[in-house]
Amino acid sequence: MNVSFAECSARERLTAIVDAGTFREWLPPSARVMSPHLAQLGVPAAFDDGVAIGCATLAGRTVFVAAQEGEFMGGGVGEVHGAKLVGLLRRALRDRPDAVVLLAESGGVRLHEANAGLIAVSEVMRALLDVRAAGIATLVLIGGANGCFGGMGIVARCADTVVMSDIARHAMSGPEVIESSAGAGEFDSRDRALVWRTTGGKHRWLSGDCDVLVEDDPAAFRAAAIAALDVHRPMTLAALQRESTLLQWRTELAGEGADAFEFWTRLGVVDARTVPDLDADAVRARRPAAVAALANGGS
Amino acid sequence: MDWPTVAARLFGNEHAIVADGEFLGGTAAFDGATIAVVGTTAHAAVGVDLALRQARAILATVAEFPGRALLLLVDTQGQKLRRRDELLGIHRAMAHLGCCLDLARRQGHPVIGLVYDQALSGGFITSGLMADACHAVPEAEIRVMRVPAMARVTKLSEELLESLSLTNPVFAPGVANYVAMGGVQSLWDGDLAAGLRAALADRDTSDSRAQEGAQRGGRRVAAGVIQRVLEA
Repeated sequence: MNVSFAECSARERLTAIVDAGTFREWLPPSARVMSPHLAQLGVPAAFDDGVAIGCATLAGRTVFVAAQEGEFMGGGVGEVHGAKLVGLLRRALRDRPDAVVLLAESGGVRLHEANAGLIAVSEVMRALLDVRAAGIATLVLIGGANGCFGGMGIVARCADTVVMSDIARHAMSGPEVIESSAGAGEFDSRDRALVWRTTGGKHRWLSGDCDVLVEDDPAAFRAAAIAALDVHRPMTLAALQRESTLLQWRTELAGEGADAFEFWTRLGVVDARTVPDLDADAVRARRPAAVAALANGGS
Repeated sequence: MDWPTVAARLFGNEHAIVADGEFLGGTAAFDGATIAVVGTTAHAAVGVDLALRQARAILATVAEFPGRALLLLVDTQGQKLRRRDELLGIHRAMAHLGCCLDLARRQGHPVIGLVYDQALSGGFITSGLMADACHAVPEAEIRVMRVPAMARVTKLSEELLESLSLTNPVFAPGVANYVAMGGVQSLWDGDLAAGLRAALADRDTSDSRAQEGAQRGGRRVAAGVIQRVLEA
């Protein structure tokens, strides 16, 4: 493992995931489909508005793929960025690829064009659920250094499969936002260990919100994506009732004020204190069966 | 507008909607049918518990009363900003709520959103914005952040943002701007029952918000970009 997936750009990640040389981009940077709002604000824009979309093959299967660039506005969803994702998903509904793979790296709604971004995120969410309901596998890979937050954090968990690296983060509000609202006593954003055991890949795996946990390695993400090409979680009433019951169980189990260590222990994780020192392989083996029911694939 | 006023103007006395803390739930009679009501009140900060509670109410309706219309009453200050909620996967709970609403739609339940007070960012994404169509009363407040906060975060001047917002709805809060952008389908002004009646009669469940934003001039590029991707 010599390349960090987290340190790759969105395009490098995309190239590393799909079969070599197969990515064909729609609305590439040369088309200069850019945010009109950033231009109005005098803020530097990007030729792709921070997201690359297109089609490719993965292990020979046709996939539609999108990759968000966290280095541009934190991967924030603006009007154009969101519309590219919606377009990709609606095209998937029409053309029926084997899967849609989203390499998510986003702080959520782009605050410079927040009103449009908020609506766009909900459009992405509805379009993704349409694709999933059509029986096309939906995969979200979370491995960028900026994590996956806000509205995109919600969107990601609407997919059939969520793959994370142990150093990735997946949550709603960033620790800085919570700290500035509720104080450092509530959430100390500078306490990196606390931040990672509250929002990081190991925690999401152990508590059932992440379906596949991998090392921070492009090859590992690619292998996980290939393995998830035929994973479907049909959204039936029975499936959602089961999820509801499990989420309720998990919430009651945690009680009030629990730290991650105490929460993991209550979930049945052995030697919870040692988890931060373990690699992804070792953490994978620690997930209790009761929790695995919250994710797909079990184990 | 407070929720008892909304309920009275929609249903008169013919309703069994109750508030339990920040959760609103119950049923009401409307034009000879029963409507299920699910929502939040008191500018609720939507955390794991409140998201799951709403989801349970929706699932119960889908399980026990197939096809019954769902009215989502929205009043939220956004997602709950607590470490506990992040630890417990607030994004998962909100996604679950959104999936339950999506299921209801697919099973043939009309899903109508009504912002009767506040609708801010995260709390809105998995409620009103997941409805077939979302409506609002004229005095509703819908936004991600106010102009001063936006100026601080983006390091742009308030004057610039205020002046741009006069011609571009993307930059400023306000229910009229959300209508112009297609995020809110219509304003229910005066006769709320007429608004609900019209919403229930509209059985189009496709997501046409980008097109509406383009037609109304508030979100001019999204629909065109979507179309270009389809044709690329």
